[in-house]
Amino acid sequence: MQANIDTAGPLATKSGAGKPKPVKMAAKLAYRNLFHDRLSLTVTLTGIVFAVVLIAIQCGLYLGVERMIAAMLDQAEADLWIVPLGTKSFDDPTFLIGHEKYAVLSTPGVESVEELVVNFANWHKPKGGITAVLLIGSDHMNGSLKPWNIVEGSINDLRAPSSIAVDDTYFADLGVTKIGDVAEINDTRVKVAAVTHGIRSFTTLPYIFTSLARARALTGATVNQATYVLVRLAPGADVEKVRADLTVRLKDREVMEQAEFRQRSVDYWMFQTGAGASLISGALLGLIVGIVIVAQTLYASTKDHLPEFATLRALGASAGYINKVILIQALLSAVIGYGVGMSVTMLVVRAAKDTTMPVIMTPGLAVLLFLLTIGMCALAAVSAIFKVTRIDPAGVFSR
Amino acid sequence: MSVTQEAATTPNVLLEAKGIFQVFGSGSGEITVLKGIDLQLRAGELTLLMGPSGSGKTTLLSILGCILTPTEGHLQVAGKSTEGLGAEGLADVRRKHVGFVFQGYNLFPTMTTTENVMLALDVRAALVADAVSTAVGALDAVGLAHRAKAFPAKLSGGEKQRVSIARALAGAPSVILADEPTAALDAENGRAVMALLQEVAKDPTRAVLAVTHDHRTIPYADRIIRIEDGYIAGEERPGETGEHGNGSHAAKKRRVITTASKALGGHYRIRRHD
Repeated sequence: MQANIDTAGPLATKSGAGKPKPVKMAAKLAYRNLFHDRLSLTVTLTGIVFAVVLIAIQCGLYLGVERMIAAMLDQAEADLWIVPLGTKSFDDPTFLIGHEKYAVLSTPGVESVEELVVNFANWHKPKGGITAVLLIGSDHMNGSLKPWNIVEGSINDLRAPSSIAVDDTYFADLGVTKIGDVAEINDTRVKVAAVTHGIRSFTTLPYIFTSLARARALTGATVNQATYVLVRLAPGADVEKVRADLTVRLKDREVMEQAEFRQRSVDYWMFQTGAGASLISGALLGLIVGIVIVAQTLYASTKDHLPEFATLRALGASAGYINKVILIQALLSAVIGYGVGMSVTMLVVRAAKDTTMPVIMTPGLAVLLFLLTIGMCALAAVSAIFKVTRIDPAGVFSR
Repeated sequence: MSVTQEAATTPNVLLEAKGIFQVFGSGSGEITVLKGIDLQLRAGELTLLMGPSGSGKTTLLSILGCILTPTEGHLQVAGKSTEGLGAEGLADVRRKHVGFVFQGYNLFPTMTTTENVMLALDVRAALVADAVSTAVGALDAVGLAHRAKAFPAKLSGGEKQRVSIARALAGAPSVILADEPTAALDAENGRAVMALLQEVAKDPTRAVLAVTHDHRTIPYADRIIRIEDGYIAGEERPGETGEHGNGSHAAKKRRVITTASKALGGHYRIRRHD
């Protein structure tokens, strides 16, 4: 008599039909390792969420500030801008010499010209007190730059004598509350005829919109003077050639493409004043803190599971397989941490919407943050991988 | 004759070690743990490697399992020489040809018994139609199909070791190496595990080596190699000392298998051929 157990190996167990395929367990092991120790997971996620929120808010603030700085430039439509020589930004206005409009119109390749008057002015509040404002004078009928997001009144209302448009977020600063309120600009009476919403300046000086002629009158500029001249080219015109021609014709002025002027304005406020540096350093700090926290907790988690990784190695797992388990752990942490972090960020975005420091979240920034979080966690996994590569699989045996 | 040539001409040799030396440390701290070991594991045999503590058993097991590269000597597993292989090459040999049973079971605590076996299938890059059924089949082979969804913490020591054996069988390796498989078990479970290893070794395509201190494992062995102070001190085949009578080795083997079957609560799939 012979006793026999069917131990020919599990692969000898034929179980139903079906095409043979690989068994996928690395992700499950990573998931179980991660969720097995809830406390450790909580610490890891806290670190990632902290980093995601910090980076998202800093980047969101950066975007908000950038949009605020470039708001007027983004609204205007021009191929080229003629600005006083040495202009640092849109919000740093001085008058051009004058008569630029005619020189530009006589240049081959130019289709149309739009003048802007931008200048600082004193605003006398109705109930007393003076504050500085930035006056924007433009052609509201044919020009590209005019008040937008109008919530009360209309562009047509600005045709009336002495009429201006103000933004409702500056009501408290300006001492007005509604259409019809009267104040003074540079000792000249003006009347609120339209109200916009959300047009804020980075410098905190309220923008006051009015017609080109009224702006000239309020600032003392001559009829042929402007702060900026916007140039639109004829179809097919060579931008570089027109720019070169204008540069020759207009001494002591600068001719820039719209994107160039936008970048100069952003760079001035962001980097020459140091405002951007603090935002960027805040985002970097969040990134570093995130990497350190995730690396530390992932390392600790890997250390806790070192005997299991040694067993995997003894069973024949390649270094790549073990690295995959650790990376999946890191990526799972990243996805969960990103989800929670972005939820918190969106609450902050909503809360900051109408404040002086809006936080902007765009789909592009959300994707960038996701990739950054993945990268941060993958980088953090390196320390754990480094530890695992030094495992002695012989440690699985009794000594 | 080289190891490769010799193994090729010796039928059923699944693992062959020749002239294995292992030196640890250097200078005045140098210790030679293995001093020229020659050893063959043949298909269909359960070999016990016995010896006192410090004799070099575990070091030899590490070398035979392609975990440790010997200072000197040649090793061939399932016809493949390990000479010149780096860490990844050795891992590849382990993955394809070697199954391990550990004293401490080394099961993954966060995975069920089925998942533990599936993990081994994954590591070995096995291709199966239905991974769960295959893993449950392996558990069934060791009498644990009814514990397929249990986590290791809910298993007895004997059950854990049987899961460990099921995991070792996953991917159908040529050689199974067991490190003190009964050391953490009580007598009854120890007998059951040894009976199981004995049956595993009956597969004509597989060799089983168990390192052990436990003299109660001797009746299950086809062959016993004794190691002392880094040398092979002797080798015996218990079955060859007498096959007749109630006290013969064959009769003892029949008794222990019956005892083991009872100990496992009838979960073994025992086939009797009269």
